[in-house]
Amino acid sequence: MSVLEIKDFKKSFGKIKVLKGIDFTLERGQALSIIGSSGSGKTTLLRCLNFLEQPEEGQMFVDGNCIFDAAVDKNIKAKDLRQRQLNFGLVFQNFNLFPQYTVLDNVCLAPKMLAKESPDFHRNKKEIYAQIEENARKIIERVGMTSRIDMYPCQLSGGQQQRVAIARALALNPKILCFDEPTSALDPELTGEVLKVIRSLKDGDCTMVIVTHEMNFAKEVSDKIIFMDDGIITEQGSPEILDNPKSERLKEFLTAFSQ
Amino acid sequence: MDPTSLSAVTLNLLRGFGTTFALFAITLIAAIPLGLIITFGSSSRIKPIAYIVRTFVWIIRGTPLLLQILVLVYGPGLVFKVQLYENSIGVMIAFIINYACYFSEIFRGGIESVPRGQKEAGFVLGMTKSQIFFKITLMQVIKHIIPPMGNEIITLVKDTSLVRIVGALMFMGTQHKEILGEAFEYVGVNALIWPLFYSAVFYLAFCGILTLLFSYLEKKLSYFKI
Repeated sequence: MSVLEIKDFKKSFGKIKVLKGIDFTLERGQALSIIGSSGSGKTTLLRCLNFLEQPEEGQMFVDGNCIFDAAVDKNIKAKDLRQRQLNFGLVFQNFNLFPQYTVLDNVCLAPKMLAKESPDFHRNKKEIYAQIEENARKIIERVGMTSRIDMYPCQLSGGQQQRVAIARALALNPKILCFDEPTSALDPELTGEVLKVIRSLKDGDCTMVIVTHEMNFAKEVSDKIIFMDDGIITEQGSPEILDNPKSERLKEFLTAFSQ
Repeated sequence: MDPTSLSAVTLNLLRGFGTTFALFAITLIAAIPLGLIITFGSSSRIKPIAYIVRTFVWIIRGTPLLLQILVLVYGPGLVFKVQLYENSIGVMIAFIINYACYFSEIFRGGIESVPRGQKEAGFVLGMTKSQIFFKITLMQVIKHIIPPMGNEIITLVKDTSLVRIVGALMFMGTQHKEILGEAFEYVGVNALIWPLFYSAVFYLAFCGILTLLFSYLEKKLSYFKI
């Protein structure tokens, strides 16, 4: 069974139709890269997966369970929305770390807030918090940021901030981790360290959806590639399609890219 | 003791400082939470509430504090012919409302200055709206509003001197009363109260023009972003 299945997502902003019917599936442990020019709807699609936007039409299934159906889910209750959202993690283009917290606290904040909802929280608060911190330290080590664990975001480079942002998303153990152009805001020399972390996640069997402009990286890390153009999926398949594009639009896009 | 000697004056000033400080502290303690409530009210999704709150803020910000003090201290007595509360209470209410309205505008600016991405990051991490506000937004708002709040609080310290006017007017009032008797009461009720409100209209018009002028300037300069 697919871990993620999207059926006929449609979304408009005012009169502009941004998504005109998107369908795809993703298997557990696979990495999916979404490519396409700006304005093709890639980021909107990712935001829809994370409930930051709600499509007007379409359905979403995680592990076979319908977690969103536009026909019935017009007004989802806040608590319900959070529960469904937690299937996903999102790494933003511009990191969005919380500036007033250290690296460790950035990673621990959300798990600590969530822990308050567990029934035995008041009895075992100390142990629960200790457990969360221990887990956070392990994840921070995974992204290679242990030496800067007590620093604040403003003291870190862009690449380091993005690695912390990845750790922050991982701390909630999402089923599917999404990346919205994770290296677009970085200097070229800093993209490498972020891509290295994403690559290591792939080896750790993390299911990922990556919106990216890094063609070589997409080719190397993905099991599946989706090429979006003007709100629809023009071409999808294995990374092979980047070497042998069938559609004219993808050919044009790749040519423009290699120049 | 000679009342003009340094020690006598110092003692008197210190006594006065006590009252001033009490007014200052009470205004701050009450106006900050009230201001926050007004901020939420003026950005409420329920349109009628937002409009009522914004109009109220506009009136309070568009008229002088001195006028508000006079209306609250003498208004009830002049309109209903009975004193509803102590003069000091009237002064305090005027200060609290006035400063809450100013604070609310500062808070609004502070909240709007927090990038949308911060709230989105909180949301995708499964945090509730109140957790996002108290654990993420609030600290950033506080950092942002400290300079304008500093300005406003220093103004508050100096505005406490307006209280003196109430005392002085009362003194004048009693003296006049003795001399003019019933004539004063007639003049008081019929001549004093409506010009008070009427003067507010002039101030509101003046401030309204200034507001329009500044929003025009703001628009003129909105073609680029910093």
